[in-house]
Amino acid sequence: MKSFITKVLWAALVLSVSQNAYAKLNVFTCEPEWAALVKELAGKKAKVFSATHARQDPHFVQARPSLIAKLRSADLAVCTGAQLETGWMPMLQRRARNPKVLKGRDGHFESARHVRRLEIPGRLDRTEGDVHGDGNPHIQLDPRRILKVARALSKRLQKIDPGNEQIYKKRFQQFNKRWKASLVKWKKKAGSVKGKKVIVHHREWIYLLDWLRMKRVGSLEPKPGIPPTISHLSDLKQRTADLVIISPLNDKKPSKWLRKQTGIPVVVLPHTVGAVPNSKDLFAFFDKIVHQLVNKVSK
Amino acid sequence: MRKTLLNIAMAAVLSVPAAAHSADSAAIAELKQMIVEMKQQHEQQIQALEERVGQAEERAATAEEMAENNESTVAVVEEQIQAQSQTSDNSFNPAISVVLQGGVASYSKDPEEFHFEGMPLGGEAGLHDEGLALWEAELIASASIDNLFYGQLTIGLHTEDGDIEVDVEEAFVDTLSLPGGFGLRFGRFFSALGYLNEHHTHAWDFADAPLAYQAFLGKQYRDDGIRATWVAPTDNLLVEIGAEVLRGDSYPGGGNDNNFGAVHNLFMHIGGDVGEDSSWQLGISRMDVDVVERSSGGHAHGHGGDGPVFSGDSDLTVLDAVWKTALAGERALILQGEYFMRDENGQVTAEDGDAVFNYDGEQEGWYLQGIFQFDRRWRAGLRYDRLEADNDLVMLSNTTGEADDDIFEETGFLSGNNDPHRWSAMLDWTPSEFSRLRLQYAKDESRGETDHQVFLQYIMTLGAHGAHQY
Repeated sequence: MKSFITKVLWAALVLSVSQNAYAKLNVFTCEPEWAALVKELAGKKAKVFSATHARQDPHFVQARPSLIAKLRSADLAVCTGAQLETGWMPMLQRRARNPKVLKGRDGHFESARHVRRLEIPGRLDRTEGDVHGDGNPHIQLDPRRILKVARALSKRLQKIDPGNEQIYKKRFQQFNKRWKASLVKWKKKAGSVKGKKVIVHHREWIYLLDWLRMKRVGSLEPKPGIPPTISHLSDLKQRTADLVIISPLNDKKPSKWLRKQTGIPVVVLPHTVGAVPNSKDLFAFFDKIVHQLVNKVSK
Repeated sequence: MRKTLLNIAMAAVLSVPAAAHSADSAAIAELKQMIVEMKQQHEQQIQALEERVGQAEERAATAEEMAENNESTVAVVEEQIQAQSQTSDNSFNPAISVVLQGGVASYSKDPEEFHFEGMPLGGEAGLHDEGLALWEAELIASASIDNLFYGQLTIGLHTEDGDIEVDVEEAFVDTLSLPGGFGLRFGRFFSALGYLNEHHTHAWDFADAPLAYQAFLGKQYRDDGIRATWVAPTDNLLVEIGAEVLRGDSYPGGGNDNNFGAVHNLFMHIGGDVGEDSSWQLGISRMDVDVVERSSGGHAHGHGGDGPVFSGDSDLTVLDAVWKTALAGERALILQGEYFMRDENGQVTAEDGDAVFNYDGEQEGWYLQGIFQFDRRWRAGLRYDRLEADNDLVMLSNTTGEADDDIFEETGFLSGNNDPHRWSAMLDWTPSEFSRLRLQYAKDESRGETDHQVFLQYIMTLGAHGAHQY
């Protein structure tokens, strides 16, 4: 009986090992937008897994067992960086026992390192709320920055999987062409939102506003990561704004209250790929953002 | 005459407009000419202006393009600066944090009398000081040492009978780059035994340890030693197997007379996800302790003189299970339970050697708890604890003149009819990731009579926010 159990265990182990020995590149991504980008850049050459889904806040993720298992067999980990995943990713990296994906190795890619970050605080003080010393990490909301990340990520894919170098190069060229055409299209379509004054819920939208040249005049959260308070909302009532932007994850009550008080329209925008219906890939994601914004502003 | 004059006058009057008319038409023609000329001029000017505007626009466009190029150059430079600042900030200085824990504790029974019948307390076991107190201050420093090692140091400051104790709680090194999913940890660390033992007290969901931790681990077991782990290359399911060899200096060990460690622990964790929002982990560990002269406080902590001393074998098996479900609107449910089974066998020497008896103990303990998170800030929890001891004691020699049973009872090894048990309820408020306040009530029946316990606890983290384990 005992030897039978041992045999079964060995068989299970061998099966689980051989199951992993396929040619595809195993890519672990921290957020859905990077999973979407890897799919664009690697196509069928990569097996992509996203540690968080669109309904999860990447600030607060558990270093849960399945993530340790996933990172254990990853060839590449793609995260935002800029301390967004500081509460869980270091723990996963230590527990997964996979030297390939440790910080500083080729198998560890941090998107925020490849773009210019905004809102780098001059002074770090926790009374300012949940601020990131390396700047605002929510860079996925600017398609110009996405393109920069895509260029760097494609180079990284070529480096760690040289056998498929030409495929990655070709896919990037195609992506680059399509993306640039879309950039022109989006910018043209969103011409009417330029200069509009915006109140945001959390300060994740700065890169979107930077791209479309909109102005942030306030945020519903008094400090990043601190839920809105009545007194802070009352202060916001005094400001003139054209629009309130929130994400599907945010509590709807504060923005609703402000709309009732001031009549400022509220728009719910996807903060990542898949956060609202019809935003399944990066192109659809920005299509949706631009469409929603223009719709609200022209009303 | 009058008629002539009138005629002349009339003629004159009539002729004026006629003359004027001829003069006017000349002027109008001139004006027309001027207007046409002006128009032409203006048109030319407008054209010139338009041309200039066009040129300006072109220049603006080029300027914008240049600016954009410059911006990207600036961006590149800034990126470099940012990259540099990042490396200088993070890689070379350890992340340092300070955790302060304290509060108010109130008991309806004397906390100094806290004990379990048949399971004498050891290690750090015991209740929080009554009244206002700083329970613990920890200083934690951690960093990757180089590409091969990661290190962590935790220094604990406690107050013990009015004196401040400085304690190296943890000082360990992890390997980072062993191949094949293998890892080593060496130094001083919390043993991978059960679920809560590896978590720092500030990450616990209640203000105090489960009764099983008080009884079997001296609150929390840590020791000097080495640990090897292996993570299987499975796809979705975590399978982690590990072995530890520890010195055995702290409870439940009793000393070290073996180069290969007095404590051996084997453990395994498996865990995975159910759907998108739920995750689980199961653990099993088996620890064999070669106990060399382990002293315990016995009935009354700090009884005076040497307490009873136990030598022999102690085997501890722990099963643990955790389930976490994330619900909409930042709500969450966490269920957690652990089951302990201990088998101890050996001799107890009491009363300075005047009494020696055989001790064969079979003990078990468990707890089950549920935490519900209402939103990002508020959580409530309920916990039930239970212990049971069944000890066989046989007196070998007794020259004290006291009855055998009295000695059994005084040493704390006599198991009673009462199974220690406790209900606890807590409510905590977490304004940010760095602070937490907790109110807890417990109805503790571990001494046969009810002790109503109330805690008001604060947990504050200063500095770096370390990543929490599952």
